[in-house]
Amino acid sequence: MSESAYNFAYLDEQTKRMIRRAILKGLAIPGYQVPFASREMPMPYGWGTGGVQVSAAVLTPEDTFKVIDQGADDTTNAVSIRTFFERTADVETTTETSAASVIQTRHRIPEEPLTEDQILVYQVPIPEPLRFLEPRESETRKMHSLEEYGLMHVKLYEDISRHGHIATSYAYPVKVEGRYVMDPSPIPKFDNPKLGQMAAVQLFGAGREQRIYALPPYTDVVSLDFDDHPFEASKADQVCGLCGAEDSYLDEVIIDDQGGRLFCCSDTDYCTSRRAAGHQGPAFPGSEVAA
Amino acid sequence: MIELKDVSKTFTLHNQGSAVIEVINDVSLSVAKGECVALTGASGAGKSTLMRMIYGNYLTQAGEIRIGGVDLVQAEPREVIALRREVLGYVSQFLRVVPRVPTMEVVAEPMRAVGVSVKDAEARAKKLLSQLNIPERLWSLSPTTFSGGEQQRVNIARGFAHEYPAMLLDEPTASLDAANREVVLSLIEEAKARGAAIIGIFHDEAARDRVCDREIDVSAFTPKMAA
Amino acid sequence: MTPLLSVQGVTKHYGRHIGCADVSFDLYPGEVMGIVGESGSGKSTLLNCMAGHLAPDSGQVVFDTRTDGPRDTVTMSEPERRMLGRTDWAFVHQHARDGLRMGVSAGGNVGERLMAVGERHYGDIRDKATDWLQRVEIDAERVDDRPTTFSGGMQQRLQIARNLVTGPRLVFMDEPTGGLDVSVQARLLDLLRGLVRDLGLSAIIVTHDLAVVRLLADRLMVMKSGRVVEAGLTDQVLDDPQHAYSQLLVSSVLQV
Repeated sequence: MSESAYNFAYLDEQTKRMIRRAILKGLAIPGYQVPFASREMPMPYGWGTGGVQVSAAVLTPEDTFKVIDQGADDTTNAVSIRTFFERTADVETTTETSAASVIQTRHRIPEEPLTEDQILVYQVPIPEPLRFLEPRESETRKMHSLEEYGLMHVKLYEDISRHGHIATSYAYPVKVEGRYVMDPSPIPKFDNPKLGQMAAVQLFGAGREQRIYALPPYTDVVSLDFDDHPFEASKADQVCGLCGAEDSYLDEVIIDDQGGRLFCCSDTDYCTSRRAAGHQGPAFPGSEVAA
Repeated sequence: MIELKDVSKTFTLHNQGSAVIEVINDVSLSVAKGECVALTGASGAGKSTLMRMIYGNYLTQAGEIRIGGVDLVQAEPREVIALRREVLGYVSQFLRVVPRVPTMEVVAEPMRAVGVSVKDAEARAKKLLSQLNIPERLWSLSPTTFSGGEQQRVNIARGFAHEYPAMLLDEPTASLDAANREVVLSLIEEAKARGAAIIGIFHDEAARDRVCDREIDVSAFTPKMAA
Repeated sequence: MTPLLSVQGVTKHYGRHIGCADVSFDLYPGEVMGIVGESGSGKSTLLNCMAGHLAPDSGQVVFDTRTDGPRDTVTMSEPERRMLGRTDWAFVHQHARDGLRMGVSAGGNVGERLMAVGERHYGDIRDKATDWLQRVEIDAERVDDRPTTFSGGMQQRLQIARNLVTGPRLVFMDEPTGGLDVSVQARLLDLLRGLVRDLGLSAIIVTHDLAVVRLLADRLMVMKSGRVVEAGLTDQVLDDPQHAYSQLLVSSVLQV
C-alpha cells in the first residue's frame, strides 16, 4: 500500500476535527489540560505520539514543517517524524527555524525568536505537574479546578532542602495567566522565559496520557519559585565550541576516549546559521583567531 | 455559697435486671462562706455519693445544687467545667494524672487554667510542695511512680493550689503522718479564713473536731439504710 | 457565646444501613469532646460528616468562621470547605500514613499547609516547620528526613505538627492513639493535652479507648448503632452512666 492511500497527514478527518476541538478548547483556557481520544499511531508511546497527532491536526498542504529532538534536526526521532509527514502529508520540510510554519519539538524551544506565523508543537510525556506528589487523577483535577497549588511548592521546597537550591532543571512548573499550573514538557528551565509572551502559538500533546493543552500568543507564563530562592534560567557556564554563541543552551558532548568534551549549541539550526555567518567557537579548527 | 434543695438520686442498673436503687433522698443543706461542714455516717451511707453529686460527677435526678449561683443539676457541661475551674475544688482520695507530666506541672495546672502566670503558679506550687514535705528532687518527676502517701500529698497540693471559693474534701488526712496531717489541717484553716465554703468527709475525728463547724449525718437521707 | 461548631440533625445512611442518625450538639471554643462507641457505632461516619469528608444526607454542620461568622459547611461551596480544611480545621488520622506524604521530608510535610495558604519564603517556611517539629518533640535535625524513617509515635506527632502549623481552631481526631504502644500513647496524650490547652484549641476526638477520653475530653458522647445514647461531662458519663449501653461499655473496661 502506498502512502498516498492514507488520508492527508495520516489521521482521518473526523479524528483531526476532534483534536482541533481539543486544541481550540486548550487555547481558550490557557494551561488547562483538555482530555482527547488519543489514537494509536504507527510509532511507540514515548516517541512523540501526542505531538504527531497535534501536528497532523494543524498541518495544511501549504505548511513548511520542521522537527527537532533536543534541539537537533538530525536525530532519529526528528528524522523519522519529519519523514513521516513528508510521506503522509507531502508537506515541505525544512531545518531552518525561520522558514518553518509548524515546528514539532521534543524538549527544546528554538533559540531564534518565533513569529506570529508559526506554531510550536511540544511532545509531552507526563502532562500533570502534580503527578509525582499526588498520584490520584481525581485529586489532581480537583486541585486544578480549585487552584490548590501548595503541593507544587512542596516539590520545590524538597528540592531546596535536599540540594540547597531548586535543582529541578527541566520540566520546571509554570503558572499560566495567574491561573493554571502547567508542565512545560521536559524543556530545560533555560527555555522557560521564552514560554511567556511568545508570538507563536504553542500546543502541547501527550499521546499516552491523552491530554492536549495550549498557550495562545502573548500569554503570561511565570516560573514558580520562592521569594528567597528566585527562579533562574540556567545553562552551562561556557560558550559554544563550534559557533562561539554565549546566549544559547549548550549540550555537553564527549568527543574521544580520553574523556575530552565539547560544549556546543543544542539548537543545530542556530549553530549552523551562526557558523555560516562567520562566527567561530574556540573548538573550531583554527579557532585561536576567533577566541 | 453551697446550697442543696430537695436533692435526690437513684442508680438504675440496666444490666442487672434494671434494678433501681435509691441512694439519696431529699437532701437540703447549705454551707456559708468560711464555714466547714463534715458529712458523717457509717461506711456506705452515701457520703461520697453526695459529695460526687455536689461536684457534678454523679448525675442528680431531682432538686437543686447551687454553687456560686450556678445550678449544677441543670447546668450545661461547659458551665460545670467553668465552675470546677474557677469556683469549685475537689480533693479526692486518689491522684489521677496524665502519665509523664512532672509533679511541678501537676500542682501548677489548676492555677495555669485560671490564667496565673507560669512564674507565679510555679512559685506557689513550690511553696505547697515544700510545705507538704515532697522532696525537691521529685518535683521534676511524674507522680505516677511515687508512693501512696506521696501521691496523696501531691493531690492535696494540687487541690489547694488555686484558692477556690468552694471546696470538697474527701478524707484529706487519711494515711498521712502527724506532721503532714498538721500541714493539711492548717491549709484547711487558711482556706476557711479566706472565706472558702468547705464540705468534707473526715474519718479522723480529731481533725473533724478541729476544722469543722457543723456535722451532717448523711444516714438520715439514705432510704436504703433506713429500710 | 457562639458555639464554634453547631451540629444539627446530622444523618448519613449507607443504602439501608444507618451510618449516623439525627446527631445534634454544640461545641464551644476551647472545649474538647470525645465520641466513644464500639466499631460500627457510627462515630467515624459522624466525624467524617463534620469534617467535610462525607456529605450527610440531612442536617447542618455550622462552623463559626473567622470572617463571616456561623456558616453551614454542608451547603457552602467546596473551595470554601477545602479552604477551612487547611486553615481553621485540622484532621488527625488514626494511621499517620493517611495524613502524611510519605515521600516528602518532615519539613515539607509541615510546610505544605503554609505553602497552601500562600507562604512563599523558603527560609520562613523551614523555620516554622523546624519550630513545630520541636514542639511535638521531634529533633530539629530530622527536618529533612522522610517520615518512612520515623517510628509510629513520631509519625503521629509529625502528623499533628503538620495539622497545627496554620493555627487551626478545631481539630478532628480519629483514634489518634490507636495502634501505638501504651508508653508512646501516654506521651502523645500528654502532648495533645498541652497543645490543646496552650493553643486554646477545640477538638473532637473519636476513640474507643475510655482512658483517652478521660484524660483529654471535657465532654463525652456515647454512640450506639448510629445514634447518640448519652452525652454529658466526661467524668459524669464514665462514673455514673445512665444508659444501659454506656453502663455496659464502662463496665467492660478491664481495670488495671
